Amino acid sequence: MKFAWFPGCVSRGACRELYASVKAVAPILGLELTEMTEAACTGAGVISEHSPGVADALNARTFAMAQKMGLPVMNNCSTCMGVMAGVQARLGGDGTALGRVNGVLKAEALEYKPPVRVTNFLWVLVEDVGLEKLKSLVKRPLRGVRLGPFYGCYILRPEANLGFGEKPERGKYLEQVIAACGGDPVDYEGKDKCCGFPILTMNRKNSLSMAGDHLLEARGNGAHGLVTPCPLCHLNLDAQQPDAAKVKGQRIDLPILHLPQLVGLALGLEPKDLGLGKHIVSTRPLLDRAGVGG
Amino acid sequence: MKATLIVRRYDPESGKPPYDQTYTVAVGESEVVLDALIKIREEQDGSLALRCSCRSAICGSCAMNMNGHPGLACKTKVAALSPHGEPVQVGPGGNLPVIKDLVVDMGPFWSKVRQVTPWLRPGAPPPANEEYRVPNERMLDLSGMMACIMCGACVMACTVLEAEQGQGGKPDEGFLGPAALAKALRFVGDPRDGTSRERLEALMGGGGIWDCTHCFECVQRCPKGVAPMDRILELRRRAVDAGFTDHNGVRHAQAFVDSIRKHGQLDENYLARKSVTFGELFQMMPVALRMLLAGKMPPMFPHNLPGDSREDVKRIFEAMEEEKPA
Ligand code: SF4
Ligand code: SF4
Ligand code: FES
Repeated sequence: MKFAWFPGCVSRGACRELYASVKAVAPILGLELTEMTEAACTGAGVISEHSPGVADALNARTFAMAQKMGLPVMNNCSTCMGVMAGVQARLGGDGTALGRVNGVLKAEALEYKPPVRVTNFLWVLVEDVGLEKLKSLVKRPLRGVRLGPFYGCYILRPEANLGFGEKPERGKYLEQVIAACGGDPVDYEGKDKCCGFPILTMNRKNSLSMAGDHLLEARGNGAHGLVTPCPLCHLNLDAQQPDAAKVKGQRIDLPILHLPQLVGLALGLEPKDLGLGKHIVSTRPLLDRAGVGG
Repeated sequence: MKATLIVRRYDPESGKPPYDQTYTVAVGESEVVLDALIKIREEQDGSLALRCSCRSAICGSCAMNMNGHPGLACKTKVAALSPHGEPVQVGPGGNLPVIKDLVVDMGPFWSKVRQVTPWLRPGAPPPANEEYRVPNERMLDLSGMMACIMCGACVMACTVLEAEQGQGGKPDEGFLGPAALAKALRFVGDPRDGTSRERLEALMGGGGIWDCTHCFECVQRCPKGVAPMDRILELRRRAVDAGFTDHNGVRHAQAFVDSIRKHGQLDENYLARKSVTFGELFQMMPVALRMLLAGKMPPMFPHNLPGDSREDVKRIFEAMEEEKPA
């Protein structure tokens, strides 16, 4: 299972523990990752808002590079996934947009020839590694740990761009992976809603209130922590959690795991190799519950 | 097949809080949730309140929550929600006051649509002895918004409205919401309208286009392909083009774009500095400090792409940036 790995900006910036944990679990899962060091940011939806043409070309450039490597693209971010899927859809039309984009890419001897397979760490776990294989690799089942899934909008919507027609279970993968790792998935309404990150600088109160609502609902339903495949959701749910707690007027203290951190724990890796000390909300209570020392 | 519907009931006159009632009803393969509800009302429980008219996804009156998400009950097959005979959860749509059972008060919905002045304000009188003529292409894009049947599904799904009401906000205040803003673009984009600037300016304030959190809920739930969020993003582009730039949202977008243009990658520090005003930056200091202590601050020198790639990214910006979407 070889992939052109697109780590994205946030996992190389504010969430470096995500980068480290993907790297740590990949060899155990049998994933051979070649990091795309020359690929640019997807634009996170902000560039396409400013200029769809630029976003299309930046991502087509990434796709063309992967095609040159002969590999499918794997990202580890709901936002990257959504943006890339959107560009795939836009460049799949009558060929006019594709022609313009390839005209620009010519200068660096690249050409994007659709289709390209773009996937992400969550989908790879279920569709490539497989849940049975994952279960067989688990060394430290997280028995008795109740975890709420938090997907992030762009890995779920719009379904038409994200292959839900062929793979309708994609909206349940997180629960399946939590269970495969030995944990108990906790159901709550906020699991597929917005974390509020996109409006953090524009409407801070609404943004923090969104994060706070979901965190409190999950905790109320018995969650010991949340798991997310999206580093931007992680920023709003973890780094902003103390402020979300202030907006909601109550303590929250709910640890948030990046998806590969959960997998790494179940595979028996050490918390420090997974950057579990680099969170704002301490992961210690959750680790204790899972019987992880260190 | 037999279908089980768990219906959220509520009768404000009874003084009782909302409760769930389970019904079992026979439905055909191709029957929709509305068919099942009408059978229940006619054969089992005449007290069940619901709203419908056309039964053909045209009138927009039957929007409600099904398995937690809003849509038209007359367009949603029971079999699609319950492939293996699972019970189907039915309830009133969110973000609007419940009148009884599945019937919500559309008043706040209409009041927000009215706030965007949903009628034409012509820039000039029509040419003498003629009617206004608009080129076909210009109306083509607008037809996407004119397809709206005002069902409210997008408003019921909107995560920002939910957050506002969770904080005690009233349904007819705050964020204008997806349906009204899509309607706003329908008139901002109409070549006959003479007040596009005023319309855009009005949308720059609180509750306007910059309050949308980009969650795609409205795009996913709209039964008519109106894609309200895409319309909101188009309004943002048009507002910036028209020179309305004094807003955090604009500064955030500009800083983001600049960072990618220069580095090919996002510089999160730069983004935080450029996209907020001084007061807000001060507010963010505790967060920055927290992140620094946890070893989480982005590197001071942003992760750069290799030199060649930076040139390539610049070239892409130069070639594509001026292109406006069709
Ligand atoms: S994309 Fe914007 S308008 Fe649409 S549901 Fe989300 S927050 Fe509301
Ligand atoms: S935009 Fe779509 S979901 Fe919203 S009111 Fe119109 S038809 Fe209904
Ligand atoms: S009854 Fe008219 S839209 Fe459903």
